[in-house]
Amino acid sequence: MNLKEYNKEMLTREMFQPLDKSEQNSEFIAMETKSFARDAWIRFKRNKLALLGLIFLGIVVVLAIFVPIFSPYTYEQMDMTALNANPSLAHPMGTDRFGRDILVRVMYGARISLSVGFSSAAISLCIGIMYGGIAGYVGGKTDMLMMRIVDIIYSIPSMLYVILVMLIFGSNIWSILIGICISSWIGMARLVRAQVMSLKEQEFALAAYVLGASTKRILFKHLIINCIGPIIVNLTLMVPSAIFTEAFLSFVGIGISAPAASWGTLANEARGLVETYPIQIIWPVAAICLTMLSLNFIGDGVGEALDPKKK
Amino acid sequence: MNEGPILKVSHLKTYFGSKGGLFSKGKVVKAVNDVSFEILHNETFGLVGESGCGKSTLGRTIVKINEPTSGSIEFEGRDIVKMKGAELKAFRRDLQMIFQDPYASLNSRMTVGEIIREPMEIHGLYNSTKERDQKVSELLETVGLKPDHIRRYPHEFSGGQRQRICIARTLALNPKFIICDEPISALDVSIQAQIINLLQRIQKERQISYLFIAHDLGIVKHISHRIGVMYLGSLVEVGESNSLYREPMHPYTKALLSAIPIPDPRVERSKAAVEISGELPSPLDLPSGCAFRTRCPFASERCAKETPQLRQVGDRQVACFLYEK
Ligand SMILES: Nc1ncnc2c1ncn2[C@@H]1O[C@H](COP(=O)(O)OP(=O)(O)OP(=O)(O)O)[C@@H](O)[C@H]1O
Ligand SMILES: [Mg+2]
Repeated sequence: MNLKEYNKEMLTREMFQPLDKSEQNSEFIAMETKSFARDAWIRFKRNKLALLGLIFLGIVVVLAIFVPIFSPYTYEQMDMTALNANPSLAHPMGTDRFGRDILVRVMYGARISLSVGFSSAAISLCIGIMYGGIAGYVGGKTDMLMMRIVDIIYSIPSMLYVILVMLIFGSNIWSILIGICISSWIGMARLVRAQVMSLKEQEFALAAYVLGASTKRILFKHLIINCIGPIIVNLTLMVPSAIFTEAFLSFVGIGISAPAASWGTLANEARGLVETYPIQIIWPVAAICLTMLSLNFIGDGVGEALDPKKK
Repeated sequence: MNEGPILKVSHLKTYFGSKGGLFSKGKVVKAVNDVSFEILHNETFGLVGESGCGKSTLGRTIVKINEPTSGSIEFEGRDIVKMKGAELKAFRRDLQMIFQDPYASLNSRMTVGEIIREPMEIHGLYNSTKERDQKVSELLETVGLKPDHIRRYPHEFSGGQRQRICIARTLALNPKFIICDEPISALDVSIQAQIINLLQRIQKERQISYLFIAHDLGIVKHISHRIGVMYLGSLVEVGESNSLYREPMHPYTKALLSAIPIPDPRVERSKAAVEISGELPSPLDLPSGCAFRTRCPFASERCAKETPQLRQVGDRQVACFLYEK
């Protein structure tokens, strides 16, 4: 076949000649297979800030788990001989006005903050995916109704839910968690719904439908797995926002109350001594700032790694 | 073999449309407007027509992606419009579809093995993953790919290879009928011929019927036994492929044919060329009577008043008043 014929972009009878076996296999690939996850991880590692954030967060998690276990102090144990002590070998971050070890208290705070952050993200993820997935896939009137319900829930400020739940169930970590989760899944549900709506018209989803796949299979194995990128990005932003909500509530004094120690509570307690012992407020504030910063860097990094076109 | 058609479509209509809002009257797109045809066992029926004339919608209605507005679709004598549940699932094994865009029709998060194994899993074919993988390798070989491609992801393949994967996926169910919705229009010309060859070989080996959709008469003529020409939702002419190509009867078919450049200058143009004038009318607002009359050089008053029905003329079915006394 010469070029002139080729350029006509026409199929002629002469072009349809039986191929032999060797020719049929002529299109082959030489590149190494790379799974999507590995590809994304390689791109993530290139982002130094994100990697730094991940390392910092990892350290915080490890310390939060182990420091309270191995420390000689508990978070409420008072040492009347060392009130408002400066950092020393015995108390690496010093002590507060009751002589409690600040390091242990900050690490307890990390436990509270991180569990609030991660569990609310996990709960929102489950609810949001189910709700948004069903609304987007079923569409029509069901979708209309489900989205109006979401609009109603969203019309009330999320802080109000937390405060209301705490009024009923008391000021503890569970109330905060429930309060945050009442509305935090909505962003996820909206995102999943929009993605599912556009993906379900694509040919791979139609192909699965024609093959006889069940709704459950199409939804999870084909649609939701294909919006995993935006879901993860959304998730990495949900964690810091939940941590922030908890810290804020505790700081203004309506969150987790003493002697339990969250970062917000610690900052609140140290507030009164800020002129005499400023170092005491620096620890919890630094913990909040650095954690938020790392989570946001990680979020950016994940977003970029999953969507290489977006720079 | 079985007597009678494998697929019989009668007076099928698929309309899309809004019911109309508070301030607007609902507009209806008559994507498929009263279409009837039959496809025989082991036959390839080509369907051609301009973009937007409802070819894909017709194919998608047959595989129940779109809901028909009215009419019936019989597959091996059973009406499938009302089919549900287990019966529908069983029917899916016999009737499959290959889509236009090989880049969009594979789930990019699944390996080739998972993609081809999926239909077997859905329908519980074969007993173990090992047996299924064995079958996947066989299928890959059937469509001209290597068995060791099984662990690769779709993005590592070219368009032609992807279309082969799609074909292997449908073959996993051993269907009797495959709807090919422009399976080659997204591919390079040189690859197109390979895919056509593959489809023809599979047909020979497995006795499959095809509904082959394309907008180009040239390709369709080569692969089809019979051809249906569609214009704005209706079939205007149905006939045996060579005869229709040699002697088109409907003015629209003539126009379509004269639009094809003749590959071989020694072959004389069989019919005087028919030029179509004017724009394709909006499917939202079809002309009265014959849909083609606004662009037809032979249109008469009658064409505006009545809608011509598809009727037998010689070896052909034509919907045009020119062939009625
Ligand atoms: N889901 C839908 N909702 C509303 N209108 C639709 C829908 N699907 C198709 N249509 C309309 O129906 C008409 C026929 O579309 P269809 O895709 O069947 O054409 P086609 O012949 O396959 O065209 P092409 O050659 O471009 O693939 C078009 O006017 C299109 O806009
Ligand atoms: Mg189409």
